[in-house]
Parts: sequence; structure tokens; C-alpha cells
Amino acid sequence: MKNGKAAFTLPGVLADIPTHYCPGCQHGVAQRLVAECLDELALSEKAICIGSIGCSVFIYNYLKVDSVEAPHGRAPAVATGVKRARPEAAVFTYQGDGDLASIGMAETMHCANRGERVTIVFVNNTVYGMTGGQMAPTTMVGQRTTTCPGGRCADNEGEPIKMTEIIASLGGTAYAARVAVDSVKHVRAAKKAVRRAFEAPLNNLGLGFVEILATCPTNWKMTPVQANKRISEELIPYFPLGTYKNLMGEQAAEGTEVEG
Amino acid sequence: MMRPVEFREDRCKGCALCMTVCPGEIITMSSRFNTSGYKVVEVRDEVVEECTSCAACALICPDYAVSVWRKPAKAKKGETADVHAG
Ligand SMILES: Cc1ncc(C[n+]2csc(CCOP(=O)(O)OP(=O)(O)O)c2C)c(N)n1
Ligand code: SF4
Ligand SMILES: [Mg+2]
Repeated sequence: MKNGKAAFTLPGVLADIPTHYCPGCQHGVAQRLVAECLDELALSEKAICIGSIGCSVFIYNYLKVDSVEAPHGRAPAVATGVKRARPEAAVFTYQGDGDLASIGMAETMHCANRGERVTIVFVNNTVYGMTGGQMAPTTMVGQRTTTCPGGRCADNEGEPIKMTEIIASLGGTAYAARVAVDSVKHVRAAKKAVRRAFEAPLNNLGLGFVEILATCPTNWKMTPVQANKRISEELIPYFPLGTYKNLMGEQAAEGTEVEG
Repeated sequence: MMRPVEFREDRCKGCALCMTVCPGEIITMSSRFNTSGYKVVEVRDEVVEECTSCAACALICPDYAVSVWRKPAKAKKGETADVHAG
């Protein structure tokens, strides 16, 4: 029925090419939501993407916007420089949990604390995906990885870091939310949150931050369907979904309720 | 044949997430492999009419493998059904 009206269309800013991600990897959904928001906010000519190191390293192949590839963890620092040099640009980073919460923790915290007018898209899959599944600061207690084969131990390694709560507590943050893409309802809510995370810095209110809980079936040693179930059964109870900060007021926030 | 939903077999990686969200449960795993070596999903001809064009499969698909089109509006009761073009 190709002559009928499309019920689903891919955003024009997303390159329509096969991705390199593993089967069931939700980086594909996360980057599509970013592309949809870039299209809806008409940012394709204005956006500058700061890529990070991790499985999303090739994001510049998928988003048809100008981009800079940052050294591991340094995307928020690079974004700061790009935004200050080109204040009219819509600057955003796309980072994994190893990149953002391990090696890049300092850059991330200070970027948010300074209230840089940039967007951070944080894809939390509780593991270092690209390098073969080492423990990340967000790895769940008990979760087995190559560097904690007996499972993460809270006594030795601490508890998983809740980045959205931390970022929301910083003065320079204008918007912070955690979302998931494990169900159709959550995908729709996630899209709205990604959009708010772009709108907050564009409205000159401060930093926009959105954490997307995502699967890494390969390194979780699960099928994509099992991995997707783990999001609601294990991750969301510890990493609650929701809007943690929003300086855009009630009206702008309408419809962004992203609770579990 | 009305096909409101189509899967691009070259993009499908057989993750089966679409099968878990389709309200009509009309998507199944085929026995075919694509050129990348992934098993691909399919909608059998005899159930494709049950698709409501809700696009749940397209929203959950990480690989942009699904296209969904709206069906033409159904004729109301009593009206002659001459709107089935498409
Ligand atoms: C300076 C430096 N240290 C370490 C690495 C190795 N390295 C590459 S990706 C990565 C972690 C990726 O994990 P994450 O950010 O969670 O991304 P994911 O692949 O899970 O999406 C590490 C440690 C590197 N590339 N550069
Ligand atoms: S290793 Fe994990 S994060 Fe990387 S592409 Fe595969 S599933 Fe995705
Ligand atoms: Mg990761």
C-alpha cells in the first residue's frame, strides 16, 4: 500500500543505510530519536554533533549533520568549545555510560555545572559495549562482566552511579530526564524527553540532559528479547524513569511525563 | 493484496523485538536468511490484513527495517463499499 499515507517515516536527517550495531542493540533506536528531534526542530543545518568513543563512534555516518569526533570522555569539553566558538549552533553530544560516567565524568559534571548551552544524549547500557563488555560505573550490582566475572560487588566497586540525579542537582542544568526505549509507550515518551533536552539550551536556559536506558544484548549475553525485558525488570526499578529537572515550566513540559 | 506493513529484509537482523510489541501478533520469524546471514521476520499473507497500521513494530525496530502505511478509511455501515482502492 505504498500509495497510502505513511504511518511511520524515517527522519530525513538520518542516513538510510544499514547500521553496524548488533541485533537488538538500542543504539539504533536512540540515534533515530535524536534524528527525529533534529528534523522536528529544523536543526539539520544548525546542529553540530559531538561523537564519543564507544559503539556509537560512527554516529557521524548516520546523522547527516556536521560533527566532531571527541577523544574518549571529552565530548562535553569539545561541545563547550564548539558552542562558544559557534553560539548559533545547536551543539549536542551522544555518549555511552563508559564514556560519560567513567573517563568523562569530570568533563560531564563541569559542563553541566557551567550550564553550557549544549545537549547531552547519554545512552546507558550498563557496560562498555565496544571493548567487549567491561564493568562500567553504571553496571548493576551482581551483573557479570569481563572485569567482574563474579558479578559487581557493591562493597568493592560501589553502587551503580545514577547520572541523571547527579546532573539534575547541578545549578547549570536546565533539563534532565531518564527514559527507556523498551516499549512503544516508553519510546514515545523518550522522544519527547530528547526534544526537551534540545529545547532547553536553545532557549538559553542551561544544559539539556537525557539518559536513555538501552540494551547491549551481546555483552549481557542475552537474546535481544531477554535483554529488552531486563530493562523493565532490573534496570528501571534501580534507575527510575522521569523528569528530574525542567526549567522550561509546566506548559513546555506538558506531555513529557516519562514515569515507568 | 493490501500490505500495510513491509519489512526490508536486507535491514532486518532478526532481533524479534517487533514480534513482542505487535498487538495482533501477526509477525513471525521466517526460515529465510538475508545476505548478511540474519534470519528475518515476516508477516504471512493470510494475516497481513489484520495489521492496524499502529506502527508499534516500526517504533521498536532498532534497524529501520519496517515501513507502515495507513489503510484507507473503512466504509461506514450502510454505505456501499467502493472505497477499497489502494
Ligand atoms: C583514552 C581511551 N581509553 C580507553 C579506550 C578504550 N575504550 C573504547 S570504548 C570504551 C568504553 C565504551 O563504553 P560506553 O561508553 O559505555 O559505550 P558503548 O560501547 O557501551 O555504547 C573504552 C574503555 C579508548 N578508546 N581511549
Ligand atoms: S556491543 Fe552492545 S552496545 Fe555495542 S553494538 Fe553490540 S549490542 Fe550495541
Ligand atoms: Mg555502554
